[in-house]
Amino acid sequence: MPGMSMVQALNSAIDVMLGRDPDVVIFGEDVGYYGGVFRVTEGLQKKHGDHRVFDAPIAEGGMLGTAVGMGAYGLRPIVEIQFADYIYPATDQLISAAARLRYRSGGEFWAPITVRAPCGGGIFGGQTHSQSVEAIFTHVCGLKTVIPSNPYDAKGLLISAIEDDDPVVFFEPKRLYNGPFDGHPDRPSVPWTQHPQSEVPDGYYTVPLGQAAVARPGDAVTVLAYGTMVHVALAAAEEAEIDAEIIDLRTLLPLDIDTVVDSVKKTGRCVIAHEATRTCGYGAELAALVQEHCFYHLEAPIVRVTGWDTPYPHIFEWEYFPGPQRVADGMRRAIEG
Amino acid sequence: MPRFAAGAVERPDIAVPAQQTHPLAYQLIRVLDDEGAAVGAWDPKLSPETLRRGLRAMMLTRAYDDRMFRQQRQGKISFYMKCTGEEAIGVGQAFALAPDDMLFATYRQQGLLIARDWPILDMMCECYSNSHDRLKGRQLPVLYSARAASFFSLAGNLGIQYPQAVGWAMASAIKGDHRIAASWIGEGSTAEPDFHHALTFASVYRAPVILNVVNNQWAISSHQEIAGGEAATFAARAIGFGLASLRVDGNDFLAVYGATQWAAERARANHGATLIEMFTYRAAPHSTSDDPTRYRPENEGRNWPYGDPIERLSRHLIRLGEWSPERHKQLEAELVDYVREVGREAESYGTMQTGPHFSVRTMFEDVFKEMPWHLRRQRQELGV
Ligand SMILES: Cc1ncc(C[n+]2csc(CCOP(=O)(O)OP(=O)(O)O)c2C)c(N)n1
Repeated sequence: MPGMSMVQALNSAIDVMLGRDPDVVIFGEDVGYYGGVFRVTEGLQKKHGDHRVFDAPIAEGGMLGTAVGMGAYGLRPIVEIQFADYIYPATDQLISAAARLRYRSGGEFWAPITVRAPCGGGIFGGQTHSQSVEAIFTHVCGLKTVIPSNPYDAKGLLISAIEDDDPVVFFEPKRLYNGPFDGHPDRPSVPWTQHPQSEVPDGYYTVPLGQAAVARPGDAVTVLAYGTMVHVALAAAEEAEIDAEIIDLRTLLPLDIDTVVDSVKKTGRCVIAHEATRTCGYGAELAALVQEHCFYHLEAPIVRVTGWDTPYPHIFEWEYFPGPQRVADGMRRAIEG
Repeated sequence: MPRFAAGAVERPDIAVPAQQTHPLAYQLIRVLDDEGAAVGAWDPKLSPETLRRGLRAMMLTRAYDDRMFRQQRQGKISFYMKCTGEEAIGVGQAFALAPDDMLFATYRQQGLLIARDWPILDMMCECYSNSHDRLKGRQLPVLYSARAASFFSLAGNLGIQYPQAVGWAMASAIKGDHRIAASWIGEGSTAEPDFHHALTFASVYRAPVILNVVNNQWAISSHQEIAGGEAATFAARAIGFGLASLRVDGNDFLAVYGATQWAAERARANHGATLIEMFTYRAAPHSTSDDPTRYRPENEGRNWPYGDPIERLSRHLIRLGEWSPERHKQLEAELVDYVREVGREAESYGTMQTGPHFSVRTMFEDVFKEMPWHLRRQRQELGV
């Protein structure tokens, strides 16, 4: 089985679903003929036709609004937002319509939409090509939120998201598109092909939503991470020689609370790592849940390692990014108490 | 596409009701004909001196773009966007507006700043995110801000500036100010609701604003039809809102100037806002991240029927006996040298790769006017 990059794995997921389900369509800016600015839809228009894979006007709210209508008709639309930073114009349709359609119609209508968007920093994209906006959506009732960390999961989770009858916001860490990234920008980048999780079956399979994975078993401290930060935490554990248990949450909502609680009960210590800004970030919810479920098992305060509460600065990308050093420091603090 | 003749469009009085301009939304205001003569009612009749200054600003814009594009290829800046082929728009419009009129542009109107004699040194330092970057390394290259040039901070978010310009113009009207606002948006971005907001507010409040749509045919890989440009012209968007509309050959410095002057006088005299479609062609890739050979024919730009704005103005000046091919070549070489020289100075203040940059401490500043405790704590945590 040849290794796939995350871009290829995502492409394969969409390809498989376009082939299996005639109700699946995908659209977005530059998605059709061009194949997307990150090439995730490359070749799909040619293969599946321009009524299934097509360009959208530059109007994120329009894309989400029409996706709600398509969903009402019975299609299963996938919308690509070119960068997560540009999802804001779509939020009214997402929050006010897609997320609560099932509820407000007493189950008569629903919005089986998957919204894909590249997220996160690491490419010197400045403040409008770097944001991690997941907590805005985990705060909305009625939306599921997914962030994969590797090609295998990316494909399996995306297929699950497309098949899900509720709206799913699917953020793709763009720094992981072409290789795992451990948070050391000065080291040469490695392609996915060297990585075991680039072994992706060509056909259909799923990784269920709502299930975390243990990326590294350990006893000293639990690290809750997702997306790029999974790789950063793995590097931190190795470099600092800390026997950390690293949980890759994969789905933020619904959260796999059991895996989180089991791990923290075992280690008694917890670090939460995300690239997004700290205040009211997803880490705040995780800290609250861990406190509610594991209070009597905790040996030390929960530690958050996150992006700072500033816009993503262009030139200070690596001072902003919570790299392995900061994650390792966080683990030590959680261990030393 | 019908090819419109120069000088064919009538020029209404600036005080006409907006409806009388609506037929102009389906024509094309052109002044420079194929021989380089200035013809028709829209000729602003500029002095040769002004024309030469305009030509120089366009050529400087192009020389600046060429160098900065290459700097990205050499890894000295992270990203760049050229306005090749669209120089007459930024430069011609800045020339036609008053120097303190407020500009809400996109990333493709660097010509506005250059025409206002804003130092390219300052622009370069922004691109390098170096120690002299007034934006403290926070913004992507080309997203300038220059309050002293009445140039509003550029955003990466498409369309967002358009209603802001209308708001600025409303404020100016509330205060009885003489200044007007102008804004630009790419034809692709007219699909964003901000476009609709801007037109609605401009109409309802009769805001003294010029709203420009730069129709350069391409929005990254999508042709202008993706924003509905084949069904109706972008200038025609004004009709439903009761705004004045003009459609202009954006590669014709004189037409750009003449139309902008008309709209500015109209706005300043409180006759309301004008929507101007600048019809042009994006000759360069969308940005340094783009490869247009993947989606458009390579010779499309060369076959663009309305030519190159710099060549066209140069030809006009030569025809007037106010310029020569030799002087043109010489100026071109001078500007390349000048940009290189300024570039060296800018690099001496640091490049993206090597620094020096602003102090990391500044990362936490300007989130708020006063830094709250949590940001002070985070700064301590980073140890800076
Ligand atoms: C709200 C938003 N959506 C998407 C993008 C990504 N994007 C950047 S430039 C661009 C194309 C813009 O085309 P157009 O408005 O025609 O302007 P041009 O680049 O041709 O000058 C896109 C889609 C963005 N910057 N902002």
